[in-house]
Amino acid sequence: MPLYSEKVMDHFRNPRNVGVIENADGIGEIGNAKCGDIMRVYLKIDNDIITDAKFETFGCGSAIASSSMATEMIKGKPISEALELTNKAVSEALDGLPDYKMHCSVLAEQAIKGAIEDYYKKEKQNE
Amino acid sequence: MFVSQEYKEVWILKIYADNAATTAMSKTAVEAMMPYINDCYYNPSSLYSCGQAARDAIEAARETIARCIGASEREIVFTSGGSEADNQAIISAANIGKKNGKMHIISDNIEHHAVLHTLKKLEKEGFAVTYIPVKENGIISTNDIENAFRSDTCLVTVMYANNEIGTLQPIKEIGDICKRHGVIFHTDAVQAVGRMPIDVKAQNINMLSASAHKFHGPKGVGFLYAQKGIKLSSIIEGGAQERGFRAGTENVAGIVSMAAALEEEISLMDTNAKKLIKLRDRLIAGLSEIPHCALNGDKQNRLPSNVNFCFEGIEGESLLLLLDDKGIMASSGSACTSGSLDPSHVLLAIGRPHDVAHGSLRLSIGEDTTEEQVDYIIKSVKETVEHLRRFSPVWRDLSAGKAEFIL
Ligand SMILES: Cc1ncc(COP(=O)(O)O)c(C=O)c1O
Ligand SMILES: [Zn+2]
Repeated sequence: MPLYSEKVMDHFRNPRNVGVIENADGIGEIGNAKCGDIMRVYLKIDNDIITDAKFETFGCGSAIASSSMATEMIKGKPISEALELTNKAVSEALDGLPDYKMHCSVLAEQAIKGAIEDYYKKEKQNE
Repeated sequence: MFVSQEYKEVWILKIYADNAATTAMSKTAVEAMMPYINDCYYNPSSLYSCGQAARDAIEAARETIARCIGASEREIVFTSGGSEADNQAIISAANIGKKNGKMHIISDNIEHHAVLHTLKKLEKEGFAVTYIPVKENGIISTNDIENAFRSDTCLVTVMYANNEIGTLQPIKEIGDICKRHGVIFHTDAVQAVGRMPIDVKAQNINMLSASAHKFHGPKGVGFLYAQKGIKLSSIIEGGAQERGFRAGTENVAGIVSMAAALEEEISLMDTNAKKLIKLRDRLIAGLSEIPHCALNGDKQNRLPSNVNFCFEGIEGESLLLLLDDKGIMASSGSACTSGSLDPSHVLLAIGRPHDVAHGSLRLSIGEDTTEEQVDYIIKSVKETVEHLRRFSPVWRDLSAGKAEFIL
């Protein structure tokens, strides 16, 4: 059996939403190079709706695929829904990840939550 | 998809560049084992003539192997591979030391886990181990070894060639120092046997571990050379096979095949080395053109088959997966490939910081590798590193000047 599902490999080979959003409304970064995976998520938010999401990832196949899938799952969704995204949901959408790779999908969830937090912080400063 | 179509025909033909992990069995090795699987399947401990034929085959193999490394046949014990040979060598030397009240061992920080984990076990039993740090080129300083000796040192164990970065240690010099101190010298030569010339007497090696599957023999069989006079402790208890030093019905076909593989490898060694060194250096030169990369290990003093690089800003597992898509089989010391949180202890030992160690690539070529394949590997690695850097936040920060390049 291959290490990764076809879904994981698809998102790894052709990652969706890679890149940067200039003047993003929220940026979240999680992980460090020491542990081997770093994700940075950029969000464009309009009227509490995530109108665009992009990511950059340094990491393994599972980290890149989770970033791709997670950003797909929150695009066009209200913030409230994005906040409910769990790493379990990301992993299920990818048809599962090997046990020892689950931490890579946790990073995707955390990077998105970090970007939303950043958005709220910026909003507060603007008030 | 991110695979250049122009190379489609080449990548359908898979390129095996992981010969440090294991090698393909040679035709000679396969053919040598067949009679002992099909016809002469008898137990070598049996009295009847067919059993004795199997016994004779084992003894002939022992003679061949002894000759290949300059030992005598009574000094060779067959094992299940390199790990078992390492375990048995170190535990035997430790037991001899303990009997004489000597419980200090000298080793280094880039050994294979078969050695390191055995040493850790001995430390728990009260042994003291000095792990000499290798230099930045992955080579140990003989001065450091000289200075590490204590009055209670019972063993020095230093590998011949490193499995990750390919560096060759000054084995004869270490052997000479150990001889002067009257201390047993063991070398894990799993990566060197069949690839480098070995003469245990001339190099003053007292114990040596080898594994057949690294020199085109079968998996699950290897040998331990232990100089006459060194009393081995058995790790596997049971019957009286291998003169009581290793119980268990012998892997007759495996042993015969291992001897045939080794004999052939040694006859081809010089020709292979010349060819491999040329290809290795071509690969190193090509990959060096990638910005912000570094060769791991000494440029000259390394196995003819080994190339190992770190590329800044990318992670090794994703590199391996994309190379696999291009038909290239390689390996990496990144944490995510091993399932542990830490990258390779060897890369950390030669001073690569964690960030950089995650982005490593080991290519170990073989006699069948062609110049065309080397050029294809170079092009593929270049493309893949570039692709991964395009969406790496680490690379973005480095190129924007927000972080400093290490390589
Ligand atoms: C340097 C070294 N020592 C020991 C071993 C273990 O050998 P085996 O797989 O035969 O147990 C290996 C193989 O990976 C090796 O490269
Ligand atoms: Zn990972």
